[in-house]
Amino acid sequence: MNLQQLNQISESVQEKHGSCLKRVGVCCGAGCISSGSTAVVDSLKSAVKAKGLEDKVEIFPTGCMGACNQGPLVKVDTFNETIYQKVDAENAVQIIEQHVLQDQVIPSMLLFSDSDPEPKVRADENSFFQKQVKVVLENCGLVNPESIEEAIHAGSYMALHKVLTSMKQEEVIYEIKKSGLRGRGGAGYLTGLKWGIVAKFQNAIKYVVCNGDEGDPGAFMDRSVLEGDPHRVLEGMLIGGYAVGAGKGYLYVRAEYPLAIKRFEQAVKQARSFGFLGKNIFETNFEFDVEIRVGAGAFVCGEETALVASIEGKRGVPRPRPPYPAESGLWGKPTLINNVETFANVPPIILSGHHWFSKIGTSKSTGTKVFALTGKINHTGLIEVPMGTTLREIIFELGGGVPEGKRFKAAQTGGPSGGCIPAQFLDTKVDYENLVSLGSIMGSGGLIVMDESSCMVEVARYFMEFCMDESCGKCVPCRVGTKQMHDLLNKICQGEAASSDLELLEALAPMVKETSLCGLGMTAPNPLLSTLRYFREEYRAHIIEKRCPAGVCKMKTAQNKKKARV
Amino acid sequence: MNASFTITIDNQSVEATPGESLLEVCRKANIPLPVMCDFKGLSPVGACRLCLVEIEGVPKLLPACTTLVAPNQAVHTQSDKLRKYRRMIIELIFSERNHICAICVANNNCELQKMAYELGMDHVRFPYLTPVCEVDASHEKYVMDHNRCILCTRCVRVCSEIEGAMTRDVMGRGFDARIITEFKQPWGDSTGCTSCGKCVQVCPTGALTPNDAAQGRLKKNPELVALLIEKREAKP
Repeated sequence: MNLQQLNQISESVQEKHGSCLKRVGVCCGAGCISSGSTAVVDSLKSAVKAKGLEDKVEIFPTGCMGACNQGPLVKVDTFNETIYQKVDAENAVQIIEQHVLQDQVIPSMLLFSDSDPEPKVRADENSFFQKQVKVVLENCGLVNPESIEEAIHAGSYMALHKVLTSMKQEEVIYEIKKSGLRGRGGAGYLTGLKWGIVAKFQNAIKYVVCNGDEGDPGAFMDRSVLEGDPHRVLEGMLIGGYAVGAGKGYLYVRAEYPLAIKRFEQAVKQARSFGFLGKNIFETNFEFDVEIRVGAGAFVCGEETALVASIEGKRGVPRPRPPYPAESGLWGKPTLINNVETFANVPPIILSGHHWFSKIGTSKSTGTKVFALTGKINHTGLIEVPMGTTLREIIFELGGGVPEGKRFKAAQTGGPSGGCIPAQFLDTKVDYENLVSLGSIMGSGGLIVMDESSCMVEVARYFMEFCMDESCGKCVPCRVGTKQMHDLLNKICQGEAASSDLELLEALAPMVKETSLCGLGMTAPNPLLSTLRYFREEYRAHIIEKRCPAGVCKMKTAQNKKKARV
Repeated sequence: MNASFTITIDNQSVEATPGESLLEVCRKANIPLPVMCDFKGLSPVGACRLCLVEIEGVPKLLPACTTLVAPNQAVHTQSDKLRKYRRMIIELIFSERNHICAICVANNNCELQKMAYELGMDHVRFPYLTPVCEVDASHEKYVMDHNRCILCTRCVRVCSEIEGAMTRDVMGRGFDARIITEFKQPWGDSTGCTSCGKCVQVCPTGALTPNDAAQGRLKKNPELVALLIEKREAKP
């Protein structure tokens, strides 16, 4: 494979697109598939066939388009990108007959037509899309993730070509360092710095690992990227491999993501047959191959040392750091471990340069961040915004606010390792430092919105239960500490706690945070600590007044107990 | 041979050799550090978190057993915070399963009990969780009482690293984690176990005992295993 061939593939795809009357993309992300988008694809295809237009109208699957709770989504995609929502096998035919053949838009099916009195014909005019800046999700929802030719047409493997044919290893690392890109898995370590550490080990076997063990409740960013644009992640890993001097890469992905596994596997096979994996990539000496390792359903395996143990075939438990995997990772060798989204940021940085990237976002947190919006929010879905966008913009402009006119109460970021941010901080600019100062973390990008009907003690209990269940059991503070904290929170939620129980909780939380072996235990008290910080009044109501202000917790009060006895 | 250097532990200058752990240096210098999961000669795992120390310039607490010495390190082993946390950890261990000394064969011959005395634990402020755990008495010589187990994994490590039988491992996670024999079969049915008894000798509590031990009459000899490890490592 060389540049000429790459361009040829791109041109032939361009030609094919040009000969089409219309191209119709159907969202085939996990969300839309579960609401029936495969039937929509079949229906669209047979409708086109019935009209004898197979050559003129292309029906193709795409990755996630973003507005997940409006699915299945269909994008009619020539010049004015119209998205139709809640399409089923029957009204799909209407899209072909009216929009594709007669250029008549169907207003009643337009995206957000059930909430917006004037639904937009051009999907990107919706407030949901307007403030988004798509770097990672550039091709997601536009390109057929199952076709490498389409990916090449969309620009994939151009950055790899640039790196292999015109950049030295240290130049690649310099570019990533200068871009200010930080790890998107949660901790926010400078990616370029990590690459530099792995690269400095001379004459060693090295590995690249892509961490796709996304496990936070309510998070689906990495899943969507893997499902929607697997070639971009693969290309990022290849560039990382070249920069640090590794010859082998692993994608560690959880078994609960079968579609992501399938699409990535497919991408690896295609890349191998096109010569992007294997020996002499782009006619250079660079050699690289990728293997997929599927996790067995343990949240802790997202922690990098547990992930390494799991890939090695051992029990997935963490070990103390240092040494960090960058020095001693897979089989004791220097190993570069980055998150899916981090790798997906690499190709555009290489192509457009660090100046372009560092202009997006804030000075300390550059670039964009993909968020999975869930909970009590009108537009559930996948968004990508520049770092430094305020919570208010994300929740009320993009997310369309809280449904049923209820009052916003808190936003939970960072999953079980994060915290709850109350309404008074809605104008905080979202970046790594600001979220930490509020007692939460960026995390991998899950954003759960809660309204007045959510009980914050119950939220803390829920996340503590999650951590308790997912604790590997190796170290005492996490194994027993999360269990004790969970039981105490449970007691509070049932109205059976005394003030002394709260004191115990407040003694345990900092201890578990400071003494646990890995990130799971170290961050497990965060949801508890942040809700205590901002919603202490609710804890007080549960303990003293035996009352749940949000009306969520079922109190075992004296009266209820009597009733139960009768 | 790498040149040795000096580090400070609790404001005291101590000689250290590259590659040594902080715990090893403390032991040589007779600086006491509480440990439950560590056993001299077995690979360190940093699981009990009792040997956590403060190192100047390092924001988090690190376990002495897995942290290597480095030149100019300044280590503190006895701050108020560390003492407070250690006590809570030992209380958590006591709250987890059944550690009622009065009815235990290991009474007065128990590292956990000794540690509780040393750390000044006079009561347990957390609710006792005491799940009902299995007692495996199927072996002809030994008993495993999971109710006394603190999951230090010394038995797992001694079996794989010293005896080489690899009979034991950990199954399940979190609060439900258990030490298992082979693929969770009764100990007596294990064909891999050599009945060497090293696991019994290194077990810090009454979880692994000879089956003829009466209450408070248990005699264990972990020093024998330590000596064995030393002899194996010594070059002839």
